[in-house]
Amino acid sequence: MSMTETPASSVAPSVDERADDVVRDGYFGRFGGQYVPESLSGALAQLVDAWADAQADPAFEAELDDLRRNYGGRPTPLYRASRLSEEAGVEVWLKREDLAHTGSHKLNNVVGQALLTRRMGKPRVIAETGAGQHGVATATAAALFGLDCTVYMGAEDVRRQRLNVVRMQLLGTEVVPVDSGTRTLKDAINEAMRDWVSNVDDTHYLIGSAMGPHPFPTIVRELQKIISVESTQQFTDQVGGRPDAVIACVGGGSNAIGSFAEWIGIDGVKLIGVEAAGEGVGSGRSAATISEGREAVLHGSRSIVLVNDDGQVKPAHSVSAGLDYPGVGPEHAWLASTGRGIYVSATDADALHGFRRTCELEGIIPALEPAHAVGWLLRHGCDELGEGAKIVLTMSGRGDKDVDEVVEVAGWDVGVAKAFGEDTGAGS
Amino acid sequence: MTPVTVNGSEQIAAAFERAAAEDRAALIVYLTACFPDPATSRACFEAAVEAGADILEIGVPFSDPMMDGPIIQQANQHVLDAGTSVGEQLDLVRSLGHLDVPKLVMTYVTIADTRGYASFADELADAGLAGVILPDLPVPEADAWLAEARRRDLATVFLASSISSDERLDAIGQASSGWVYATGLLGVTGVKSIAGDITRDLVGRVRARTDLPVAVGIGVKDRASAAEVATYADGVIVGSSIVSAAADGDPAGAPARVAALVRELREGVAANR
Ligand SMILES: Cc1ncc(COP(=O)(O)O)c(C=O)c1O
Repeated sequence: MSMTETPASSVAPSVDERADDVVRDGYFGRFGGQYVPESLSGALAQLVDAWADAQADPAFEAELDDLRRNYGGRPTPLYRASRLSEEAGVEVWLKREDLAHTGSHKLNNVVGQALLTRRMGKPRVIAETGAGQHGVATATAAALFGLDCTVYMGAEDVRRQRLNVVRMQLLGTEVVPVDSGTRTLKDAINEAMRDWVSNVDDTHYLIGSAMGPHPFPTIVRELQKIISVESTQQFTDQVGGRPDAVIACVGGGSNAIGSFAEWIGIDGVKLIGVEAAGEGVGSGRSAATISEGREAVLHGSRSIVLVNDDGQVKPAHSVSAGLDYPGVGPEHAWLASTGRGIYVSATDADALHGFRRTCELEGIIPALEPAHAVGWLLRHGCDELGEGAKIVLTMSGRGDKDVDEVVEVAGWDVGVAKAFGEDTGAGS
Repeated sequence: MTPVTVNGSEQIAAAFERAAAEDRAALIVYLTACFPDPATSRACFEAAVEAGADILEIGVPFSDPMMDGPIIQQANQHVLDAGTSVGEQLDLVRSLGHLDVPKLVMTYVTIADTRGYASFADELADAGLAGVILPDLPVPEADAWLAEARRRDLATVFLASSISSDERLDAIGQASSGWVYATGLLGVTGVKSIAGDITRDLVGRVRARTDLPVAVGIGVKDRASAAEVATYADGVIVGSSIVSAAADGDPAGAPARVAALVRELREGVAANR
């Protein structure tokens, strides 16, 4: 939780140098790479080529831009959250990804990769999903582009994110519950990888975060970068100057890297990633990978991972299915290692507090994932950033999917039982 | 025999030569270490060699085995749930020193990486292993590991796939030692059956690039598929169906079930020559 590391933006290479590096060898410093079975080598090479082609083709950017605006509802607003600001003691500007089509930032990545899938001539996409938001976004794009779609989802997440399972099914996607391992996001990724290895000829694995083997971390960052392309302009227009900090929650790291990307080269803007600490750092029931993990390979890249001394991946825990992951994208591992990024954590309790206060003070029901960022800000923002500091916080998604889980986990009596005429005995 | 000082690649080469001298393909048998328990596992490895296995692949379980289908996944999980450590699995390997066949560890790079490549290479060599197979460590990422493996004379067997480009197959042929592992299908272990023509074609492409033996695995399950592969490959690798033989039934009968299957496979690899 310490903020003693000063952001070392002068040490970090410029964004452009970095991009060259990344395209050349798929590494961010010593993190990244392609640790995958040989049978995926062809698909990854094809993806590198398709991405390079697409970037050189103005028609790709034009089509993406049209879809973002007219289908996806971008640009999303930058909104001054006055009552939350008052409570936090800092000036909070919310980047409203919750208002984008399908209810989160996930569509930014999915639409771009769906266009790539079409360019590669593949008729089928598969995806993993934790909270179900990436699954819903993928199912949405699959419907839009007429692609076959299978989504892998841990059985535990199927239970706690039921609304999103039904949404995917309505969109024509097959949802496969995964019963192996910890029955959460990590195991869904394993199963999606196995499907990809088996069906690589006609299938694109539409990875949902800034993780996995090269070129995924780069492609996902570039597609999520729209968040900070907009927020830099909006901040200039609406506020002026620069923010003191940009804050986002970190699961695999896609909304965070998209939120940071355009600010990385701007001195004096702290980049703060908030991981999920579950029952607390050190409790053994946490998903705070950068705080508690060590360098290792997981899901195709070298990054920071929660592993034990024997090399076995430790089960992660978080109240939020989208952050319940024992790894993190390699670019975040690199930003942490250079000090340019600062990674902190919020517990389940912090997140539930952030969730409730965002509902009550702003009339916004947030997803549990960004509720971690709000929770950290309410607890530490004023102390760590100084009273009145200007903050851009990415509200990465809306919380409809979480309402059942939140009421159950937190045990809040919000009158549900009364409204539905159920006799629960207590509180009604 | 003092395995520690014997060069792993030479041990493996000798095993392939012995099989070739008998006019058959070498039979390479995979079993998960300490499955279903250390004592039964040891007896299963002994039974496999007794029944004719030329080379042993010893699976060290990993929590997230991306290349494995349900059969090996479940065996892995069973061993992990029992709390067996990598150290205990290497103890088992050490207890197999009396079996005069080359032994290789098959595991995932995260296990090697977390222990540090240097110490992992030391641990393997000191346990009497001849080499290692890491299916998620492709050649372009392997330099650091290869330096340590060479330092301890461990062979590193790389996988080749039908979709590998010619350039990649060149690199695989150059970086491999022991043999080149041609995958018999696009997929994970123990689910689909071998894709005949594609695999034969792949073996031909690999042969053009290396003097090493070429062995085929993933998708070979029984006497018939072993016999077919043996017509064009130097070695036949069988895993999931052997793990099934160990798993399906009471543990006391596991070694006998493994032996029965290995005997059939051994007939298979000699059948069509
Ligand atoms: C709303 C929302 N925010 C954040 C995340 C975490 O993912 P990432 O770190 O890739 O942004 C998820 C994942 O499901 C999500 O649904």
